[in-house]
Amino acid sequence: MQCAQIQINHDYVGLRTRHDFHPQFPSFATCSKELKECSGHVFVDSVPEFCLPETELIDLSTVDVILISNYHCMMALPYITEHTGFSGTVYATEPTVQIGRLLMEELVNFIERVPKAQSASLWKNKDIQRLLPSPLKDAVEVSTWRRCYTMQEVNSALSKIQLVGYSQKIELFGAVQVTPLSSGYALGSSNWIIQSHYEKVSYVSGSSLLTTHPQPMDQASLKNSDVLVLTGLTQIPTANPDGMVGEFCSNLALTVRNGGNVLVPCYPSGVIYDLLECLYQYIDSAGLSSVPLYFISPVANSSLEFSQIFAEWLCHNKQSKVYLPEPPFPHAELIQTNKLKHYPSIHGDFSNDFRQPCVVFTGHPSLRFGDVVHFMELWGKSSLNTVIFTEPDFSYLEALAPYQPLAMKCIYCPIDTRLNFIQVSKLLKEVQPLHVVCPEQYTQPPPAQSHRTDLVIDCQPPATSYRRAEVLTLPFKRRYERIEIMPELADSLVPMEIKPGISLATVSAVLHTKDNKHVLQPPPRPAQPTSGKKRKRVSDDVPDCKVLKPLLSGSIPVEQFVQTLEKHGFSDIKVEDTAKGHIVLLQEAETLIQIEEDSTHIICDNDEMLRVRLRDLVLKFLQKF
Amino acid sequence: MDHECARLLPAVCAVLADPRQPVADDTCLEKLLDWFKTVTEAESSLLLLQENPCLLELLSHVPTLQDVSAGVLSFSLRLAGIFAAQEDCFQYLQVELLPGLFGAAGPLSRAVWAVPTVRSGWIQGLRSLAQHPSALHFLADHGAVDTVFSLQGDASLFVASAAGQLLVHILALSMGGRAEGHTCPQGDDWPTCAQKIVGHIEESLCSTDTSRVTQALNVLTTTFGRCQSPWTEVLWEQLSPLVARLLERDPVPAPHPLVDLLLCVARSPVLGSSDLGPWEMTAQALSRLGPTQAGPLALGVLKLHLCPQALRTQAFGVLLQPLACVLKATTQAPGLPGLLDGTSEDSVVADALLSSKSSCVGLLCRTLAHLEELQPLPQHPSPWPQVPLLRAVVTILRLCDGSAVPASSVGGCLCGTLAGCVRVQRAALDFLGTLSQGMGPQEQVTQVFAILLEYLERPDSSPMVLKKAFQATLRWLLSSARTPGCSGLGPHAVLFLPELFPVLQKRLCSPCWEVRDSALEFLTQLSRHWGGQADFRHVLLESEVPELTQQLLQDPESYVRASAVTAMGELSSRGLHATPTSPEQPEVQQSLLPEFLHILSADSEGFPRRAVMQVFTEWLRGGHADVARDTERFMATVLQVVSRDLDWEVRAQGLELALVFLGQTLGQPGPHCPYTVTLPKAAPPSPLTEVLGALCRVRLFEFAFRALFDCDRPVAQKSCDLLLFLRDKTAPYGSPWEAGGSPDSASVEAALQRWQAGEQGQPLGDLEPEAMLATLRSIDLEGLRGTLAQGSDHVEKSPQSLLRDMLATVGILQENQADCY
Repeated sequence: MQCAQIQINHDYVGLRTRHDFHPQFPSFATCSKELKECSGHVFVDSVPEFCLPETELIDLSTVDVILISNYHCMMALPYITEHTGFSGTVYATEPTVQIGRLLMEELVNFIERVPKAQSASLWKNKDIQRLLPSPLKDAVEVSTWRRCYTMQEVNSALSKIQLVGYSQKIELFGAVQVTPLSSGYALGSSNWIIQSHYEKVSYVSGSSLLTTHPQPMDQASLKNSDVLVLTGLTQIPTANPDGMVGEFCSNLALTVRNGGNVLVPCYPSGVIYDLLECLYQYIDSAGLSSVPLYFISPVANSSLEFSQIFAEWLCHNKQSKVYLPEPPFPHAELIQTNKLKHYPSIHGDFSNDFRQPCVVFTGHPSLRFGDVVHFMELWGKSSLNTVIFTEPDFSYLEALAPYQPLAMKCIYCPIDTRLNFIQVSKLLKEVQPLHVVCPEQYTQPPPAQSHRTDLVIDCQPPATSYRRAEVLTLPFKRRYERIEIMPELADSLVPMEIKPGISLATVSAVLHTKDNKHVLQPPPRPAQPTSGKKRKRVSDDVPDCKVLKPLLSGSIPVEQFVQTLEKHGFSDIKVEDTAKGHIVLLQEAETLIQIEEDSTHIICDNDEMLRVRLRDLVLKFLQKF
Repeated sequence: MDHECARLLPAVCAVLADPRQPVADDTCLEKLLDWFKTVTEAESSLLLLQENPCLLELLSHVPTLQDVSAGVLSFSLRLAGIFAAQEDCFQYLQVELLPGLFGAAGPLSRAVWAVPTVRSGWIQGLRSLAQHPSALHFLADHGAVDTVFSLQGDASLFVASAAGQLLVHILALSMGGRAEGHTCPQGDDWPTCAQKIVGHIEESLCSTDTSRVTQALNVLTTTFGRCQSPWTEVLWEQLSPLVARLLERDPVPAPHPLVDLLLCVARSPVLGSSDLGPWEMTAQALSRLGPTQAGPLALGVLKLHLCPQALRTQAFGVLLQPLACVLKATTQAPGLPGLLDGTSEDSVVADALLSSKSSCVGLLCRTLAHLEELQPLPQHPSPWPQVPLLRAVVTILRLCDGSAVPASSVGGCLCGTLAGCVRVQRAALDFLGTLSQGMGPQEQVTQVFAILLEYLERPDSSPMVLKKAFQATLRWLLSSARTPGCSGLGPHAVLFLPELFPVLQKRLCSPCWEVRDSALEFLTQLSRHWGGQADFRHVLLESEVPELTQQLLQDPESYVRASAVTAMGELSSRGLHATPTSPEQPEVQQSLLPEFLHILSADSEGFPRRAVMQVFTEWLRGGHADVARDTERFMATVLQVVSRDLDWEVRAQGLELALVFLGQTLGQPGPHCPYTVTLPKAAPPSPLTEVLGALCRVRLFEFAFRALFDCDRPVAQKSCDLLLFLRDKTAPYGSPWEAGGSPDSASVEAALQRWQAGEQGQPLGDLEPEAMLATLRSIDLEGLRGTLAQGSDHVEKSPQSLLRDMLATVGILQENQADCY
């Protein structure tokens, strides 16, 4: 039997490129070339490096399947598929793969544009690192951090992905069936159901109940779960996305009216579609229709076009537009009317078309690489300009740190449409799983707001929580397996009703087990005497089988049994009660009949005739199948 | 009853009595009953029945019909009741007809009784006929009171309620003869009928069935609310021990009706001031009832003008309990001594707050609403705990936005429950606004402004919460300005405004139209109050608010455009509206007039156009420079645009503008009070010929005459008033053209006739003032006003029309039936 292991990859790739630490650091001289100071903070000057998913706890070469929930969760995939000996299958939906490819392509492009020969490594020395200030000294497993993958690795990783559609049932080695469901968070984002015939586990990650562009979340299919693993909730539970969009628009309008420019560091897909849609409605009402919107990314064009072709993965409203036919997203119209222009980089056409004041959407939201760096340097010195952070993945203060002092205004409107705690409570009430399993952070208020008892998962029974690298045993046991009976075998069965509603039949069959599928096949016919000269056929090549004995059931009433014995000429019968039943002693024949609940033994001294006689008397009291 | 009605009545009665001719529309039966009620108020019912035997036939025939419709049977019961209300008619009917309708042999014993309409008709019929002592005997003889008792628990709430009301009426009627002057007998000497009802109430009050207790309490509440006679005192004396016993039960049954009864008794002039006043029982109720029920009782007690001080103190304590609980849960240090010192212990209130989110939210909202209602009343508790109340409401707002730090587990729980709760935020902001009347210590006012600013700034504030925050802010700014020794803006406002305007700017740019609208309304109010204050002007002009407001004149949402028009109109009146047109002339403001005229003529929605007209009217009244520069041209342009407007409110507002113009040219319209001392009339500012010439030039006559025949009645009425005013103003001067003979007004009158006939398209053309004046004098404006004052359905409302309609409907129904075959 093959054993399937499933690795659900939901870790984000952490960016750990520049960290603050104080110049008083005693071994400053040893790694001074790696360090740069800026406004009282010291940064590591290096090629960007990335923190990899956990590899020590689990040997990735033994993992059979990886399920990808959404395109934000797959950024580490090349590290796994290309460097760990992983040889399994990766499942994801088509938009996840396509947009994931765009995100990786952009990342690789941004990093390869500004090549650096050396990675900083001296500061990673443990003796040095422990002396560094937080958060640098708290960074974990710095030695495992790796440089960015190449496009070749990306392509190779993506080629290992098998595409799946919502509600498609995928058999994994016959052991379990997995099914992706719409999670409502992003184009093609999925929750997963992992089920056997008798058990069901739901894995909920990065889901949204808000009405944005993706297909709504499929809640109904999550019902009747034995266990619901819950992760990927909003990172900013106190910020309501609607309010944040309002804040985004208002600040954008105020800046542009004053003649300032707006910089929006963002990913090339996802929330940007909603922001563009919102601006499409807003700019006219705010009298900003003449202000150009620029979207600069190596994948800008593909991202905008891809979004328009994934009609089946969109919400109902957008789907219905396709039949009109109209482009589902209004950014098509913005492009048509020249209000939105997109460029692969700031070089080339952009420099000719560029006019201010304007709004620029570009990456990377960490502000460590990509075209955003140029705009930060270009506009950072004027207080007329504003940078608006909308991606919740990075601390905006950390992102801005190397640019200080900064005159431009900074607005933080994180837009995270994933489930908040109120929505989770409603979801769990609706879905009613028997057990909920979630990260420990969701079971206690955030450390900075310890009084906010509303910011925890509220469910009955209380959720089982886990910490990083903790191995949990899910609170259910597999008790049953489903076995199929071949039709011809089923035909031959003669059920006997032993209780009203319950019938029994004896089955004599061969249990055939392959790929975790169990099938009862008819028993082989008794071996025919071979004609010797005839050639043996393959189908006859089955193990020989003895003549089947009937199965017995029922119980032996001791008193009646004794009377029967007496009738048959046995005398001097003595009955003794034991803990498990009775012993009938035939003193004259020096024979013992031991009657227990599930067995009867006849013990006599080498008198086979007597034993058979007694056996037949015992059998009279039992039913045979 | 007029002849025509009398002629139609037999046919209508025949229709009603014929089950094959169902009456499709129940409302005509209601109208018919209303009409009979009016007729019987003026005439003798007996005579009416004798003159129209068809009525008696109908009433005697309907109860005997097997397949009578429930509606017609109910109608007959009610009609019989209306007739029998007069004693002579009652005597006439009681022998045969009334027992057949209201007795045991009537509908009571038939299957149709199961229809609620019939039971309701039976009760209402009895309610009408029970007007005289003879009726009481009738009720007693036919066991009607017992039926009413049972109907109190009817499945239909309307029937049950009507039954309770009828019992009260019968009780009052049976005690009626004893109300005046004499010493009121004790309960044992009361009439049998009254004793029976009181006995029933007593039994119900002792019942363990809560619905019976509720019925009894409701009957008592209605009785004490309606009857102020001395016998009610005896009744209360007799029943109050039973009511008091209800309070000893656990849980107290029917708490809401009990609270209503106690408050009703307390308000009663007979009972409230007597020795038997309900004070002790109310005090007991305040301590026994849960916070949800005790709150309304406490509020009711505090609203009373006469009430023992101890009870008022207790009631106020009850009302403040939830807030005390909130303060206790969030305060580390002991609070101020007094009712909200945070030391009081009431686990019941805490339990209610913690039991569930809905219970917590409901209790806090009710408490805040009660206190808001109480605060402006002259009898509100004194001293008013302004300081702790401010602290409590600020704390609640902080709990709602998640910034409060709880001091206990209760606080932690409250924090979780209230975070982001819009209902509580709205209630708290409303109450905070009300508290502005009392101000508070410097430090606390600063805290209030801080929390208001926080709410105005928060991206998560819902549009409704923001609106409330704007309203509360305005009230606090107004109060701050009333600080003794303060002229203009108060000290807090001066500090607050520079922080407020960036927020206001942001809100004016909100993608949510409700927010933009609220922000504009707030700006209008600010400018109205402080547009003349240097500090305010400075902060406003430093900001981008005027430009943003002007930009919103093009907003896609019509409500926002309307609010922007109002705001810009206000800013412009104060010289605050726009950026300089050129660097050379920084003081000159760009005129808004062309932009407003464009909105008036081109905006597709009515709201912005109405707003423009209101602004124009204000500008004309206030002598705005843009208007005063060439008023005649302004008026001519506006009236020309408005006369074509499809929105009647815009046209009506146009007449208002014309009236202001007339007032300015001819003198103000005088008050219409007949007792006003008539002052010598001031001469109009210009000679009449000149004035009339001006009116002709601005085409005011044409506008007003056209409006006179407007298809919307309010416009025609307003025009009529305006022309009457104009005629009265010009009357003392006679005709300036008398010497020249009668002017030719024929063409004007011909045009008016065409307009009246609906041909509105043709213009009046250029005509001389004398022709206009002659036309004005020739129109019967008083007659027209009388016609317009009548409802447009005055013809259709007549009884003849009703009777004809009923007959016609039946005819149509018959035709339809025929079609079916």
